[in-house]
Amino acid sequence: MAEFLQFLFSGLTSGSIYALAALGFAIIFNASGVINFAQGEFIMLGGMVSVFLAAAGLALPLAILGAVLVAVVAGVLIDKAAIEPARDAEVVTLIIITIGASILIQGLAQVIFGKGQHALKPFSGDTPLAIGGASLLPQSLWVMAVSALVVVALWAFFNRTRFGKAMLASSYNRLGAQLVGIDTRRVWLVAFALSGALGAIAGALAAPITMTSYDAGLMLGLKGFVAATLGGLGSGAGAVAGGLVLGLAEAMTAGYVSSAYKDAVPFVLILLVLFFLPRGIFGSRAVDRV
Amino acid sequence: MTSRWKALLALATLLILLPWLMPNTYVLDVVNRIGINAIAVIGLNLVMGYAGQVSLGHAGFFGLGAYASAILTSRYGWPPLAAMGAGMVGTGLLAFVVARPILRLKGHYLAMATLGLGIIVSIVITNESAWTGGPDGMPVDALRVAGLAPAGEFQWYWIIAACLWLAAWFAGNLVDSPVGRALRALHGSEAAAQSVGVDVARYKARVFTISAVFASFAGSLFAHYVGFITPQVASFLHSIELVTMVVVGGMASVHGSVFGAALLTALPQLLAEFEGWEMVVFGALLILVMVLLPRGLVPTLVRRLRHA
Repeated sequence: MAEFLQFLFSGLTSGSIYALAALGFAIIFNASGVINFAQGEFIMLGGMVSVFLAAAGLALPLAILGAVLVAVVAGVLIDKAAIEPARDAEVVTLIIITIGASILIQGLAQVIFGKGQHALKPFSGDTPLAIGGASLLPQSLWVMAVSALVVVALWAFFNRTRFGKAMLASSYNRLGAQLVGIDTRRVWLVAFALSGALGAIAGALAAPITMTSYDAGLMLGLKGFVAATLGGLGSGAGAVAGGLVLGLAEAMTAGYVSSAYKDAVPFVLILLVLFFLPRGIFGSRAVDRV
Repeated sequence: MTSRWKALLALATLLILLPWLMPNTYVLDVVNRIGINAIAVIGLNLVMGYAGQVSLGHAGFFGLGAYASAILTSRYGWPPLAAMGAGMVGTGLLAFVVARPILRLKGHYLAMATLGLGIIVSIVITNESAWTGGPDGMPVDALRVAGLAPAGEFQWYWIIAACLWLAAWFAGNLVDSPVGRALRALHGSEAAAQSVGVDVARYKARVFTISAVFASFAGSLFAHYVGFITPQVASFLHSIELVTMVVVGGMASVHGSVFGAALLTALPQLLAEFEGWEMVVFGALLILVMVLLPRGLVPTLVRRLRHA
């Protein structure tokens, strides 16, 4: 039982990170129909910039704020410089563009921060709490609590504010939204900025637990994409559920089956799901019209 | 003479003249790597350019071919050509089995599924170190056929050039055949193709299988040519490189594939001098080409020339 609890904690912790990554994918996908392969780099920036600003003497909250700002600027730049000029291009072209952005950011991070691995100081110590025979790091509590807070805030933004509703409206029907006066270009911009912020928060939260390095974004980004697809692309609740399912499946496999194949779990899972439910678990059952 | 034969003749001329213009073996080595990549890219372009289906996992097939050659020759003593053939058959079978459920998916879901398939292959290769040597990789025997093995970049060049020309010829034939017409029809509109009697699922599965066999063949060649392989050959980044070669060179263009492979294989070598900055420049160029020339270089240039 204690063993199970231990795997549960670790699964919920990484699941929360995947959920934030998946939400980043979902927000941009909803606003623009683009899958942003640079999402993982926002997470990397969140961790790396926090580490280096903190090392430069900034207080931890300020360092994290700085990292979030950097990621937001990166998101805005990607949208303005690369996505907007190509907004009518084919899916493959847009995928390559965001991959280009991802390589560019990774390259810059490598030049500026070097190739080493770094860890951020835990937010409130590293004395584990003992719960039911299992131990829980205080940082895991931070990860889960902040993620939950972010999810609630996003829900409020999309359902209670005028601009959030405008973003939802333009994801249902872009032309219709433009007709009622919604500036869809601003919707795209805000989506990229928001996803940058989400990624950076996830990265800063995770950096004390998993080490971070210039190339740490790749796997996290791909797993976020899996989580977003698992829940059905574009569904916010689906993204959160997908992230948690993924984290738990990974932790249980690592614990009970094989830790070497932990990283394969998300991809096996998504293939099985897509074989039987081609639009994810929570995806719409829409039929394409000809 | 049809324009396809003119193009194939031009490619043959280029391939025959090229090695005599090489200043040293280092450049010839890069050219050989370009040729191997181009074979895989021509295959991938059949799926992406003609049939309109994204695959973000083709390095998985490339890796299966490479490791089939490496493991069967060095651990089981198979003759290299038999190992290569077994790799192609095995990879083709795998692709055929997964093709139907995977190619039922569309757009980003298809991208996700092919990406997942490629990553699973690369994780298996990395973890099964008893067979594959794990992350450190493994050596590969020489490509010995009837007691003879190619030695040096120059002899290898002719083997690779011949394979590349045959690949381009085969792909061109396929594109001009009823299969090619069916593929272009379903690229335009699956529903319309289906309504005039094209068995969409069967054609998609067939072209996906063929392109996987191309990738496996290129992987085997690569393994024997370089003589040492690591799981890197099957990695997600290699899949991305292959897709980028297709898109930058030009979708639905066999010669665009060769050009895309040449550009994106040579570029990192040229940029290697700008230590650390090569990724930055590579990423920026990728964005720039895609934003300015979304059709890819070769089709855009051909179009400009025709209208000039």
